[in-house]
Amino acid sequence: MQGAAPKTLFDKVWDHHIVQARAGYPDVLYIDRHFIHEVTSPQAFDGLRRRGIGVARPQQTIATADHNVPTQNQHLPIAEPLSRFQVDTLQKNCREFGVELFGLGHEKQGIVHVIGPELGISLPGMTIVCGDSHTSTHGALGAIAFGIGTSQVEQVLATQTLLAARPKTMKIEINGPLGKGVLSKDLILFIISQITTSGATGHFVEYCGSTIRQLSMEARMTICNMSIEMGARGGLIAPDDITFEYLRGKAYVPQGADWEASVRWWKGLASDPGATFDTEYRFDAADIEPMITYGTNPGMGVGVRQHIPRPSGSHHAELDKALHYMGLQEREALLGQKIDYVFIGSCTNSRIEDLRLVANFVKNKHKAPHVNAWIVPGSQAVEQQARAEGLDRIFAEAGFDLRQPGCSACLAMNEDKVPAGKYCVSTSNRNFEGRQGPGARTFLASPLTAAAAAVTGSISDVRDFL
Amino acid sequence: MKFNRLESTCIPLPMENVDTDQIIPARFLKATTREGFGENLFRDWRFDNADQAIPDFILNNPQYGGQVLVAGKNFGCGSSREHAAWALVDYGFRVIISSFFADIFRHNALNNSLLPIQVEADFLDTLFQVIERDARSVVEIDLPAQTLSVIGQDLRTDFEIDGYKKECLLNGYDDIDYLLQRGEAVRHFEQHKAYVF
Ligand code: SF4
Repeated sequence: MQGAAPKTLFDKVWDHHIVQARAGYPDVLYIDRHFIHEVTSPQAFDGLRRRGIGVARPQQTIATADHNVPTQNQHLPIAEPLSRFQVDTLQKNCREFGVELFGLGHEKQGIVHVIGPELGISLPGMTIVCGDSHTSTHGALGAIAFGIGTSQVEQVLATQTLLAARPKTMKIEINGPLGKGVLSKDLILFIISQITTSGATGHFVEYCGSTIRQLSMEARMTICNMSIEMGARGGLIAPDDITFEYLRGKAYVPQGADWEASVRWWKGLASDPGATFDTEYRFDAADIEPMITYGTNPGMGVGVRQHIPRPSGSHHAELDKALHYMGLQEREALLGQKIDYVFIGSCTNSRIEDLRLVANFVKNKHKAPHVNAWIVPGSQAVEQQARAEGLDRIFAEAGFDLRQPGCSACLAMNEDKVPAGKYCVSTSNRNFEGRQGPGARTFLASPLTAAAAAVTGSISDVRDFL
Repeated sequence: MKFNRLESTCIPLPMENVDTDQIIPARFLKATTREGFGENLFRDWRFDNADQAIPDFILNNPQYGGQVLVAGKNFGCGSSREHAAWALVDYGFRVIISSFFADIFRHNALNNSLLPIQVEADFLDTLFQVIERDARSVVEIDLPAQTLSVIGQDLRTDFEIDGYKKECLLNGYDDIDYLLQRGEAVRHFEQHKAYVF
């Protein structure tokens, strides 16, 4: 590629997927993998029926049931009739249109953004879409992965392509080692608190720097997962040896010579030196502490030892409304706030490394008596692995409730809801009003900070225990 | 649904970062059709726990009505749920005016002939003031000319829209009609792509 202008990772992957580029029109982008679930797909299948067409490339779409499923007694029929109908509809649609389904009870079932990487269905250099905004998670592998609406789900089912305008690019570089007790969740909550919830709108983010390079694949997924919370279309990280080692031997990855050829191709995808981005940020990992949110969007976060800030000017009304909802005051300390629930789960933090961290922390400890502590693994595989490692016994002894895989209290579509007015420290990605149930009050945090809160019964600095 | 020109009064919602969980809470996403979501639009702001209308909320204020929602910055952030656009359309909105839209929401709106109009922050502030002074103020949206104006006042702005999307809205086409005609190009792409998976 001598003489060619330096290109970003994002632009390389995008350019490899252009079916047609026409002036004045969005690009026709080829989609390698399409994930669907029960909530955002039924209307898309109806659309196909109305048009009298089938799924263009059924083997490139994979379905799972996750948003709406119960996390207890999954062997029984779903009790809630509307949820059952939605899950049944997915099954019926998949059968009719020839799409593979990892349904409830299937050994490969789980939250869509957990199973894609876990099975090696999501790969570097791919375009990956799903009717769910946290599709950005798969970007950790070096893929262009983003959420779409149901009309676009129908587009992909019908044509295996998507009409998409090329977004702007943003580089976020983080350097240096993370401090004691600071996880990649803290890193991304910190970045969002700096950039704000709309700061990356219209952009696709590449995360880079020495901090990112040292993170495990699962820790990188947590970061890419929350790209959408600063308004970005998605986030991605250049694939490296950590990526290849993570994928090697997984069920769906290319085999033999195809694997070797793929690794060679993937290695060439990194942003070229001198490639330019529309926007650039740089952070120092040493500035990052364990984080906690205090408001009703993920940008309202601070270090766990800090106080709720007093904002200036026009942001006052928004903060007043948020604090009123949360039952908190400006300038109040967060440390020591009593909590009622702890939710460890969601596509942000429900992978085996998250469960190991929590188990390691709560071993020989017990949750505070007034706290309900839920652990919801991201997939059947994560649950099996946790049991195989004996984590289930540690959780049981510590008084934690290990449940079955699903989105659960991340969006409270099933019965896992935080009651109105109650406080929950949650490892999920959104603290919007009512997200964890009508009136529920959410503090977003890392799995370690959540575990510490479960043990003390209040917001705590996990570093005090390390 | 085609869109060309519209004259309407406005409903002001001067809050920033209105997320899709507020537009349509997750517990109402269990339907498998596109209809009926309007009933639960802004459910938890509109109704209290006993399903009684909350009088303070703008949709419950009989002074205000119309097919245009004027909203604060970063409208539609959060989840990709197209149900948010369906709920707004089902309730009767045809246009949302804001100084900033979240990406996925903007796409979802356009795919449902709901026109998101992005205006300068100053213009938005003035528009809020105009509506606050007189709830009967009427805006005119002219999609062919790409203009938004307040009737009877010297307040007017141009707005941007992707040329392709404008064509779709004016003619009632959708993306699938366009993409289905690209089958040959897709097959060609698949035969020549750079990667093996
Ligand atoms: S866990 Fe939460 S954020 Fe992730 S896919 Fe499920 S509902 Fe969406």
